[in-house]
Amino acid sequence: MVILINLFVAVLMTWFTQAIYPGIPNDGFATLLLFAGWNIVLWLLTFFYSPHSFHKSRQISALVFFYLKELLTASLRVAYEVLTPQDHMQPAVVAIPLEAETDFEITLLANFITLTPGTLSIDVSKDRKTLYVHEVYVKAGDTESVRRQIKDGFEKKILKITRNPYQV
Amino acid sequence: MINDLFSAAFMLGGSIFMLIASIGMVKFPDFYIRNSASTKAVVLGVLLILLGVGIHYNDTMIFIEIFAILLFIFLIAPLAAHIVSRAAVITEVGFWEKTGLSELEDYKKEQDKEAIRNTKWFATSEQDTSQRKC
Repeated sequence: MVILINLFVAVLMTWFTQAIYPGIPNDGFATLLLFAGWNIVLWLLTFFYSPHSFHKSRQISALVFFYLKELLTASLRVAYEVLTPQDHMQPAVVAIPLEAETDFEITLLANFITLTPGTLSIDVSKDRKTLYVHEVYVKAGDTESVRRQIKDGFEKKILKITRNPYQV
Repeated sequence: MINDLFSAAFMLGGSIFMLIASIGMVKFPDFYIRNSASTKAVVLGVLLILLGVGIHYNDTMIFIEIFAILLFIFLIAPLAAHIVSRAAVITEVGFWEKTGLSELEDYKKEQDKEAIRNTKWFATSEQDTSQRKC
């Protein structure tokens, strides 16, 4: 809630700043910079009155940057795979036991898995306890390391945000 | 000047990623690998091209629109890939021969093939079918 209010206040503050100070340019890039600056200021202020939401928004932005980094490495890997003649692919279907329970958590996890390097989420079992993932780079049938990587990376980060609201 | 340079670089990079993805669609051996490869590269390509457009126009409204477009693409592109691959698994589109399928057995046991085949996806009355035959 505090995060949403901060975003709204940052929009208002950007508008006021551009209305009051005529020296500030009015184009898109300057507006983006102002908006980001006000967001950072408001975020740092939350540390004094609500440390919980301070850490929560830090976790959310860390997740967004991690997601973008994974997307970039995934695309570079696809490009490498296409442009080099020999193939390093050893695909396998991996069943991942899920800790996530609600619709939102499972959807987020499946979406994130689809955009990480070499993976594609296929389906969730009917009792919602396993997620079947098609993974392209499995070294010598070692599905256990793939499973551990996904569970320790994305699932842990998502569950940290969606659950335990008062545990930082 | 610098704006033009940056926007051109972003748009060129995005279109190169798209081109590589479409070469991969021809080269990769398997439906599932093609699906996973095309999703990633296309999402990144759209992101870079839209960033290039935003830098070129340099307008606040355009940045807001680009943000909305990117949000929906990030939500929907993996979803579409997931739905298509799920349909492919259910209708038994073949895997590549190197694929390790030992963990898919449980999933196949769970699927009730007869029930899926007998599901009426579209409600058709007698009249409709007779008209279609004519």
